[in-house]
Amino acid sequence: MSNTDASIEEPVLVYDRISANRHTTGLLMAGFIILIGGIVWLILFLWGLSASVLPGVLRFVGLILIAYAIIASTRIVLSIAGAHEVTKKEEWEFVRRVENLSIGAGLPMPRTWVLEDSAPNAFATGTNPESSHIVVTRGLLEKLEPIELESVLAHELSHIGNYDTRVMTVVTVLVGAIALISDFALRATFWGAGKRPSNRGRNSGAAIVIVLVIMLVVAILAPIVAQVMRFSVSRRREYLADASGALLCRNPDALARALEKIAEDPEPLEAANKATAHLYIYNPLREHKSFFNGLFNTHPPTEERVRLLRAM
Amino acid sequence: MSAGVTFIIVVVAIIMVVGLLLVGAYNGLVRRRIRVREAWSGIDVQLKRRASLIPNLVETVNGYAAHEQEVLENVTQARAGLQQASGPTQSAQADNILTQALGHLFAVAEAYPGLKANENLLELQRELTDTEDKIAYARQFYNTNVSGYNQKLQTFPTVIIGNMFGFRPEEFYEAETREETEVSFS
Repeated sequence: MSNTDASIEEPVLVYDRISANRHTTGLLMAGFIILIGGIVWLILFLWGLSASVLPGVLRFVGLILIAYAIIASTRIVLSIAGAHEVTKKEEWEFVRRVENLSIGAGLPMPRTWVLEDSAPNAFATGTNPESSHIVVTRGLLEKLEPIELESVLAHELSHIGNYDTRVMTVVTVLVGAIALISDFALRATFWGAGKRPSNRGRNSGAAIVIVLVIMLVVAILAPIVAQVMRFSVSRRREYLADASGALLCRNPDALARALEKIAEDPEPLEAANKATAHLYIYNPLREHKSFFNGLFNTHPPTEERVRLLRAM
Repeated sequence: MSAGVTFIIVVVAIIMVVGLLLVGAYNGLVRRRIRVREAWSGIDVQLKRRASLIPNLVETVNGYAAHEQEVLENVTQARAGLQQASGPTQSAQADNILTQALGHLFAVAEAYPGLKANENLLELQRELTDTEDKIAYARQFYNTNVSGYNQKLQTFPTVIIGNMFGFRPEEFYEAETREETEVSFS
């Protein structure tokens, strides 16, 4: 977790950046799996349970994950609800550029939506490229030059092509699972403390205290670590979408300009919420500035994104 | 006896593993080649669309500037050339010739205020620009696929399979670089 975003190396070639980003995201996902597995194993071990209950526990975790996935996707659908679908007839520049970029990326044409909000922003959603959506705000269409608009759309289309919505849904679900398991462990530790089997010898009192402390620390730290990892994945995916978007529209400079324009715009986006913030090209919520709070940002600092784009 | 059996088993296993690898390499090449063909049809569709816009354009310009026959004739010929062209290299050349001819046509059109303001011409111009952008993107996608396929074809171990089954490298679609109406920021 020591890799703050400022410290990433800069492979010059866009291709290298993309593969580097993929690599890091893969490592983080593996970290999640290890974290969950570790917690479950620790609980089982500390309670003196055999591994034979593991399948049952995992099935339980699986059910939670599915429930979470449904909730997460419903929220995203709700956030589209404020937008209206547009065709080439109404929004020629917007729709035709999405068409062009889809041809360039070899992806099916996403459905195109406009959100009547003067804050410039855009997001993409859909669990697979075949049923994906690109939503832009009215402000984005009005405030950007056509070429900058195209670069933003390239960024969004890259989110679709990189399966970012799916990755982020999975990550959100894993974070939720960790929170739930920790909570469960915490409660169970308090309730179960009195009914420990006394087969641990004479010094079982000290052993119980140690077990309790370990459980407490793990149960409190795990959800925080999970959140930090989630935001780290989110920021990685932003860099990745910047890089592959720039590769697609062949104009990193336009994307850099667009990001600056969007960042300078003072208007808040009303439709955004925490569940969908990671989908937008630019964090619609407040950006935390300090290092520690920076760990909880969905997006990397704009200056850093612009710097990397200009270096391409 | 038992050593002999072990030896046979090892040899058979090695042959099977190598066989599977070769089949995988072959299938990979075929898949990539199909992708290249698909990407090519993406360009082809847009080239056809571009060619189909030309007769209407020529007719519209003819209504205002009938004596600019040479320019109109060039465009018509370039269109015919594009329709007859086959394969990436020929098509790219024909398309470039058409682009030049169209450039002359629109330069000439500048001199006729009535023509310049013609709704039909503006609409056609818009469609042509859109088609050109689409060709540029289709070309980008096609060339990426060709580059992936050709690279695979030249590297070990697929190079062996490629030679064995007569896979040929695909042609790139070379066109003049895309020009986006870039706004200058000073």
